[in-house]
Amino acid sequence: MMQIIGDVFLAVGGLFLFLAALGLLRMPDVFNRIQAGTKAATLGALSLILGVAFQHPDWWPKLLILAVFVMITSPVGSSTIARAALMAGIRPWRRVARKEEEG
Amino acid sequence: MTHSTRASSPAPTGTASTTVGLFKLVRRFVLAAGGIFATWMLLAGRLDGQEMMVGGGVSVAIALLSMRHLRMLDDVRLGPLMPLHLVRYFIVFFGALIRANLDVARRVVTPRVRIEPAMVTVHTELRSDLGKLWLANSITLTPGTLTVDVEGQDLIVHWIDASPGTDLTVATREIAARFERPMKEFLR
Amino acid sequence: MSGPGIGLLGEIAFLLVALAVVLATLRLLLGPTVPDRVVAADTLAVITTAGLAWLAGALDSVIYLDIALVYGALAFVGVVAIARAIERGGE
Repeated sequence: MMQIIGDVFLAVGGLFLFLAALGLLRMPDVFNRIQAGTKAATLGALSLILGVAFQHPDWWPKLLILAVFVMITSPVGSSTIARAALMAGIRPWRRVARKEEEG
Repeated sequence: MTHSTRASSPAPTGTASTTVGLFKLVRRFVLAAGGIFATWMLLAGRLDGQEMMVGGGVSVAIALLSMRHLRMLDDVRLGPLMPLHLVRYFIVFFGALIRANLDVARRVVTPRVRIEPAMVTVHTELRSDLGKLWLANSITLTPGTLTVDVEGQDLIVHWIDASPGTDLTVATREIAARFERPMKEFLR
Repeated sequence: MSGPGIGLLGEIAFLLVALAVVLATLRLLLGPTVPDRVVAADTLAVITTAGLAWLAGALDSVIYLDIALVYGALAFVGVVAIARAIERGGE
């Protein structure tokens, strides 16, 4: 039973990591890429780690440290890059004003 | 590591000569040594006497060497209910993280990318660097928002969903407020 | 090669991780700006950290978790250092 639950979490984690990379490719500018990349990659990694924890319960201390580590460094790294991009003079992408939504 | 532009901070960073009260120093030592020891034991993965002795020695040594510089730890508020508020925070946080990911998944998979990004300013009531760092991290991991910079009491946030017509002051306030409520109980 | 715990779903998970690495590498190569490449590298690091955790489970060897931790720490320091360098270049 634990194995199956673990497998499900592994698959969900893999799926979100894949979506993170897909978002990285599809979004129009660096800020939106960071948005898609960080969130999905963080949850993906957490879910994968949880999956491993279900299949190897005795590893929980190290997996917990790994999870906390990802949860702290991933957003810090993203914010740092976003700030660097802004300071390097990259302007956020704006959609050209669409009339039908402003009414 | 916080991105605050510390224009108004009184003490220059790096100088340890500023006098710190004994109580504060002891408090920092206990928090630092406890944290390092807990991390050590988790990495060791087993509770045997030898690990605890070495880990304890290393924790005490590091805490003694670094406590003069760990001003960050003064921002942690301790109390009997602190674990409860921490749990409350994590419930809010994980809820937001999961919603954020469903949101990202929806945006990434739909054929036409539907986003309306803008830079907004979010005011925070948390005064400490640690508090602002924590809040900035939380905001980065919630639906549609990414903290870009910190300027004094304001966070500069890239918001993916600022469609025309939304009340920015109310909407941006709520971005920070849901985390601040539990966070104010354990951080300055 | 799969360990005792990993079933079909778990193997699909690794396939998805591999695909994610390919897509993120594509962004790393395409750019167009330096921050774009750094974001790709950062995301790649998180994906790799998770992939190493998967590997630890599949090979039933806890040592890969230590590798994941060290790899993550080094990647994080690297990303922050590059971001800082870009900041200074922009001013």
